[in-house]
Amino acid sequence: MGAHSVEDIKQASGRLRGTLLESLANPVTGALAEADQVLIKYHGSYQQDDRDLREERRVAKLEPDYSFMIRTRTPGGVVTPAQWLGLDAIATTYAGRGLRITTRQAFQFHGVIKGRLKATMQAINAQLIDTLAACGDVNRNVAVAANPLESRAHAAVYAQAAALSRHLLPNTRAYYEIWLDEQRVAGSGEEDEPVYGNAYLPRKFKIGFAIPPVNDVDVFAQDLGFIAVLEGGEVVGYNVSIGGGMGATHSDAETYPRLADVIGFVRPDQVIAVAIAVVTAQRDFGNRTVRKRARLKYTIDDRGLDWFTSQVEGRAGFPLAAARPFAFEHSGDRFGWVEGHDGRWNLTLRLLSGRIVDGADGAHLTGLREIARVLEGDFRLTPNQNLVIAGVPAHQRARIDALVQAHGLDGYRTASPLRLKSVACVALPTCGLAMAEAERYLPTLTTKVEALLDAHGLRDAPILLRISGCPNGCSRPYLGEIALVGKAPGRYNLMLGADHRGQRLNTLYRENLAEPELLAALDPLFARYAAERGDGEHFGDFLVRAGVVKPRTGIPLELQA
Amino acid sequence: MPPALAALPVPPLPGDKVDLLARLTDGLDAPGLWWLSGYAAGLAARPGAGPAAAAPQAGARLTVVFGSQTGNARRLAEQLARQAEAGGLAVRLLRADAYPLHELKDERLLYVVISTQGEGEPPDDARGFVAHLRGKRAPKLPQLQYAVLGLGDSSYPLFNATGREVDERLAGLGARRLFARGEADLDVEAVAAPWLAQALEQARGALEGMPSGTIAPPATTTPPATVTPLRAVAPASPWTREKPFAAEVLANQRLTGRGSRKDVRHLELSLEGSGLAYQPGDALGLWPRNPPALVDAVLAELALDAGADVEGVPLRTWLGERRELTRLARPFLARHAERGRHDALARLLEPAQADALATLLGTHQLIDLLQAYPAGWSAAELVAALRPLAPRLYSIASSQRVVGAEAHLTVDHVTWDAPGGRRWGAASHQLATSSEGEALPVFIEANERFRLPRDGARDVVMIGPGTGVAPFRGFVQERTATGATGRNWLLFGAPHARHDFLYQLEWQQALKSGQLHRLDLAFSRDQADKVYVQHRLREHGRALFDWLEGGAHLYVCGATAMGRDVEAALLDVVTTHGGRDEDGAREYLATLQQQGRYARDVY
Repeated sequence: MGAHSVEDIKQASGRLRGTLLESLANPVTGALAEADQVLIKYHGSYQQDDRDLREERRVAKLEPDYSFMIRTRTPGGVVTPAQWLGLDAIATTYAGRGLRITTRQAFQFHGVIKGRLKATMQAINAQLIDTLAACGDVNRNVAVAANPLESRAHAAVYAQAAALSRHLLPNTRAYYEIWLDEQRVAGSGEEDEPVYGNAYLPRKFKIGFAIPPVNDVDVFAQDLGFIAVLEGGEVVGYNVSIGGGMGATHSDAETYPRLADVIGFVRPDQVIAVAIAVVTAQRDFGNRTVRKRARLKYTIDDRGLDWFTSQVEGRAGFPLAAARPFAFEHSGDRFGWVEGHDGRWNLTLRLLSGRIVDGADGAHLTGLREIARVLEGDFRLTPNQNLVIAGVPAHQRARIDALVQAHGLDGYRTASPLRLKSVACVALPTCGLAMAEAERYLPTLTTKVEALLDAHGLRDAPILLRISGCPNGCSRPYLGEIALVGKAPGRYNLMLGADHRGQRLNTLYRENLAEPELLAALDPLFARYAAERGDGEHFGDFLVRAGVVKPRTGIPLELQA
Repeated sequence: MPPALAALPVPPLPGDKVDLLARLTDGLDAPGLWWLSGYAAGLAARPGAGPAAAAPQAGARLTVVFGSQTGNARRLAEQLARQAEAGGLAVRLLRADAYPLHELKDERLLYVVISTQGEGEPPDDARGFVAHLRGKRAPKLPQLQYAVLGLGDSSYPLFNATGREVDERLAGLGARRLFARGEADLDVEAVAAPWLAQALEQARGALEGMPSGTIAPPATTTPPATVTPLRAVAPASPWTREKPFAAEVLANQRLTGRGSRKDVRHLELSLEGSGLAYQPGDALGLWPRNPPALVDAVLAELALDAGADVEGVPLRTWLGERRELTRLARPFLARHAERGRHDALARLLEPAQADALATLLGTHQLIDLLQAYPAGWSAAELVAALRPLAPRLYSIASSQRVVGAEAHLTVDHVTWDAPGGRRWGAASHQLATSSEGEALPVFIEANERFRLPRDGARDVVMIGPGTGVAPFRGFVQERTATGATGRNWLLFGAPHARHDFLYQLEWQQALKSGQLHRLDLAFSRDQADKVYVQHRLREHGRALFDWLEGGAHLYVCGATAMGRDVEAALLDVVTTHGGRDEDGAREYLATLQQQGRYARDVY
């Protein structure tokens, strides 16, 4: 689908309504009309199909096994135990493959068929959670550091993020009419969209709030980042970063991942104004002709950072203050129990690829349901696809621990650092963009890489591994010390040399490798790392220092001929 | 298409009559040809028969009327007519819906061969005939001598109800029953053969005793005009029910998705080189073979030797290829109960237990019976007691204009788990598990009652849930290939849209390309309330009635129960939108049926 047609569809959609109602009612197909497939994203859902079954069903004279992925809008990934139970019931009733935590702290449900889409949407909304603008060319779910230590700061930043998320919701009533049976009223289809306008944004837009010293949200991968500045545990304001983004296209030097630039500092009361200034500047100047160049990062590179910053300041109505110093230690999660400033306890659990199911590794879905039934705190999804059982009073710790252990949720205690830190996108079989496996391949890959590390005495090396089924970057692969980016079934580009703080992109090392070649490429590098690494030196830093890869920003994904 | 006259033995006709005959018969379908042959027979049977005779006259002539759903009754009626004719008797053969009901009051000798459907209903082609007999306006029939052969399936509670009703009603109208009604079970020949023999003998006697004015000329002098089943005279193909063609399996493909509880198959069979031809609506007959595992289980259960010789054939062959193992019949049950002294089983045969018996017959195969109620059988006794294996008929799901020398089938693989192990339907299991390149013994079973309108400008409404959709795939192919300008409306139903939407891609394509004009769907288990095609008929009753008023032809194919529910819905539609009362609605449908605009193929 070309950029032009997406722009046309948005314009002609009657504020995101399109012919969704007709599409939902059409019994001849489990799919939506083509334009509605674009529009439903703005309602928080993607039409997908089980790609494992495509050929089998074609031969059976059946259409592809269409179903829908539904993504929640849960700023900062905070949900109450009651909401958890509701979402669990929805996953069990309407979806397949359990609950999945995304890298943007949302829940995803997979495999909801068209006929049950509306009931599922209603059930989600009954939990006081919506899915509006969870996908599409709008501001997506706002990510917030899941930092369990700085509990006071977290509360303030979370409140800020939730308010901003609300402020940036589309104004259309389409969502409520289509899914929640709200009456159509005069003006339906012509609602004023003061932030977005008639055609919404040129492309998706991502906002993240980081709380140093942990960069778990990968703030520099966001279109718009807010880095909290704390004084005496209080948030006094934020450094503002703009122009980050992961997505790229194979073999297209015009597209690339880019890290955001820090452009200044704002007070908490200026956050919404500066965010609206960035969003509307991108709305007005983003590239609506060439869709693959429509993200904010290209607008900035095409027009200049200073020019764009002045646009922002002009629209916000105030100049940005000078950025404050900040420092990140790493971009991962801290596992196990930690005590917050408020004296309550927080337990971070490892969930491989964020998938919560009852499976061979344990009855995770059941276990978390049991925990939700008793928990006197809440849940926080982390941007690394993990889960914090947060705000637990001390007297509940033992009980939670027992449930965690009983359901095999205590993998964090024994897993290698490689296994703890890895991130994978969903990819096959449901993602339409995937070129290779990611989530389903991660366990095997991890085991094989672990074996290599063992061979070099590196089992405890905290290496950040990320795998993505395509170059669009849902697992933020370009910030992995080792990253695999899918090219074709069983074949990946090997990217190396990012740092572990989300502040340096990796570089393409080898193209189009199958697993044996991947392992063969890593083996000598592990050998050198084991032999030559400095004290506390991370793998990515070592590879750069040793000259194995040259660090670059704005790099093309392909090797130059 | 009738055979070219040139292909027949030289007809005893003047040359110009041969041409006239050729012109007269050109384009006539089977009912027309049958009527014509009967008409000619009637003319010939009259004394001094000549060209001036205007109408067929009842006289010293046998009339054979059949009502047939799957073709068995028709086959027997044809056989009877052929034998009567060969024996020098004047005879006419008529399908029940082609029988001129006003002639009944003058009829002298009538044989009715009629099957019973589902739960005691007449076959579709005899519904008008039976309704006429039932009705208040049915004439007194003191002049009539008659006999009835019923065909049924004793696993249904109202075994042979239609044959019985016709038999008793004719007596009630004053006709004289020549000899006792025959009630054939699935094992048709066992009852039919002696009945036919008796029928011939009685007919001869009855015709001889008729008043002189209407006596046929003795066979020894001028042979009477005969009813010759024209199709049988020079069949296009040497392959028949009795001599099936070995059709190669070209494709065997599952149609249902992984999540389906059903295993529905699309079969493509080659008719290459057979000369077999079919029209949309026809059925393909298959002589099945029992699953070897089932044969082994029966042998093991009875501790019988697979090689035991019965009439020169090993027992394994009898059980595998010649006897019914997957359909249990009442007579066997009776003998088995007696043999094993199973009183509980014997009690099921009492009239009050009809429902329980039907349930047992519907859910148990021979092996289940043997396991639940042990009794000893010798090889010879078993072979004698079991019914001969009967062929199974499948509506053909293709048009030869599109697929050439192939026949496509849509087969529901019947399989379930009984307490004693897995059970299968013999033919569906054989088809579902067949491999490409395998040969299957098949024949074509024509279904003249289920034909597309001759006029392509007519609209058609096709109601075919489940595998009932099969003939409509052929219909749409045919209508597309012939450039028919009428609209095609399909109503399909299945449990789940996601996995059970048979030929989904083809229907989507047909809608897109304008080959299908309307598609209404009922997926019964995709919502809390079960929704079936009959609900869709009521929902769209206005449109349906408008289509019918515009001359549309209506077709129903699928399970018997569905056919009944659809009929009820159709009556509702006609009362609601046609402003008729219930009787009026029935009359409306009956008229459609008489006009050949409402055809059912239910099983």
